[in-house]
Amino acid sequence: MQPVYVSNYTLASCLGLGREANWNALAQQRTGLKPCAFESVNLPTYVGQVWGVENETLPQRLNDYFCRNNQLAHLALQQDGFIPSVVHAINAYGRHRVGVFLGTSTSGILSTEVAYRNRDSISGALPSDFKYAQTHNTFSVSGFVRDFFELEGPAVTVSSACSSSAKVFGNAARMLECGLIDAAIVGGVDSLCLTTLYGFNSLELLSPELCQPFGANRKGISVAEAAGFALLTREKLSTDHTVKVIGIGESSDAHHMSTPHPEGAGALSAMQQALGMAKLEPQHVDYVNLHGTATRSNDAAEGLAIASLFGTSVPCSSTKGHTGHALGAAGIVEAALSMLSMKNGITPGGVNTEVLDSDLHVNYQLTNLSREPKIILSNSFGFGGSNCSLLLERT
Amino acid sequence: MNDITVYIDAVGLCGPGLVNWKSAQETLKTEDSFVFSSPIIPPSEYLPAAERRRVGTAVKLALATATDALTSGTYKAADLLSVFSSSGGDGDNCHSICEALASQDRLISPTKFTNSVHNAPSGYWGIALHAKPASTSLCAFDGSFSAGFLEACTLALAAKQPVLFVAYDTPYPEPLRSVRPIDASFGVSMVISPQASMTTLSNVRVKLGKGMPSTMKNSALERLRRDIPAARSLPLLRSLACAHQNTSLILELFENQQLLLEVGV
Repeated sequence: MQPVYVSNYTLASCLGLGREANWNALAQQRTGLKPCAFESVNLPTYVGQVWGVENETLPQRLNDYFCRNNQLAHLALQQDGFIPSVVHAINAYGRHRVGVFLGTSTSGILSTEVAYRNRDSISGALPSDFKYAQTHNTFSVSGFVRDFFELEGPAVTVSSACSSSAKVFGNAARMLECGLIDAAIVGGVDSLCLTTLYGFNSLELLSPELCQPFGANRKGISVAEAAGFALLTREKLSTDHTVKVIGIGESSDAHHMSTPHPEGAGALSAMQQALGMAKLEPQHVDYVNLHGTATRSNDAAEGLAIASLFGTSVPCSSTKGHTGHALGAAGIVEAALSMLSMKNGITPGGVNTEVLDSDLHVNYQLTNLSREPKIILSNSFGFGGSNCSLLLERT
Repeated sequence: MNDITVYIDAVGLCGPGLVNWKSAQETLKTEDSFVFSSPIIPPSEYLPAAERRRVGTAVKLALATATDALTSGTYKAADLLSVFSSSGGDGDNCHSICEALASQDRLISPTKFTNSVHNAPSGYWGIALHAKPASTSLCAFDGSFSAGFLEACTLALAAKQPVLFVAYDTPYPEPLRSVRPIDASFGVSMVISPQASMTTLSNVRVKLGKGMPSTMKNSALERLRRDIPAARSLPLLRSLACAHQNTSLILELFENQQLLLEVGV
């Protein structure tokens, strides 16, 4: 694969809107998780809710797309000069030469969940203002972003659970390499909904406390919402410090739908492929942003995979203690936090974790460390055994 | 570069009146003998018994369709990269979760939640056939076939390896059926290679552009094409069945952009 450049990027998470707010929280080792008070949900857990999503309005011409997921997408698009940088790419290449590749797991399903409470008492029909295509359908957010920028290029949603918005870098890089496009908007958006909260609850994977990645007492995940976008190009557009995506490793566990391979074989394969693509060795990696969801089985499997590839040398941590697990948006959020880590010369220590699990033989960082990370590996693994590792290089 | 060329080495099919690729080819050649009948979706013989009990129509359809493309034995599932594309995934499962969440206790089944992910067919395919290479699961609403086909083509070229591509759709039950009417299950699969081989059925030159999507002559087949996103593939399947040379086709992607194909160049 030819490397691609990240020309601009942005994110919105429970830590705040935009790069600066998110980095400040990491610099202060602050979590954005709060006791769940979302919608009518009654579960003893913590969530990462983005402030102000409910009040976000969409441009009038895009009103059919109105749903929490697209409100969150719209909020994120407006940060960090992302819109002007896309407009610049459109002017440079043409609106048919900019592709859209976004990840989501649940799209705008919250709208459907609410519509099911308001079915016609006689016919059972959904309310007449319910817009399936623009809200519920998995393509919704990609259609929204494509129409927001009035693009005429290819677009697709990747929905492979929690690896979705890491895998989109691969889809975009391949289409850039084939010459079908000149720029790509990649990223992901997942918003809080009842399906994921009650779903993870049914699997007994929701932590009643703040999630503790790689902790001895970890009790599960803290579900979150987030959005993030990156503009990818074949050429380096900015003269500033930019980041290059030099490796994308993807694999399938072929083991179980909701638990990872116990030795982390799929995770290991994804990380090895990312390194192989960049022709780098494990010792070249300065920091690993772990998938680190804080479930018993996920962290155990990833710990084994990290230990077998890196030993205990490479510093690593999970930023899900700060952001919660943003599911289909986790990949882009963690890629963005990794890029911020490179920019600021600090690798983030994980938060919430009280006592590290001594059975996980990795160099897990609990404090922020000043160093100049040049190469960062970011892991995203999901249900269905879908694994993706991104290798990023500061240029 | 504005176009790419790939080679289609195998096709699989499972749809109304189109039982599998082998038997459907004659129907697609003339279009005359097509009769709509509810598709028979066989359970996957490869899934372990525990998993077989858990899966719904969408997974069964995707697996049956994928298996049909591999019947010749030329390709082993465990070696293939894969791309799965669907407009709506498992409609029954989605309805069942939404109903439970609208009820008083909001208790949803852990199996149904696990199966609600859009990549469930990809996950079960991996488990059933021990397929560990990369697999992508996509959606582009009505353009899901074309978007998935395009991804499979670029993946085959970038990875320099054959790719298994599966597009499938199942109907929603009411009340979602009224807002997303898909009448029947339909699945289509292909093995797409970056280079020609002994098994190649046809090469296809692919580019993006504008135009009116190609249609089917038979009105019942044309209805299928319009009603089911995965069946937007029918004009391409007809060309492959007829072994057409130098045929230009347009497959639906979006309102302002389509997939332009030249088959048998």
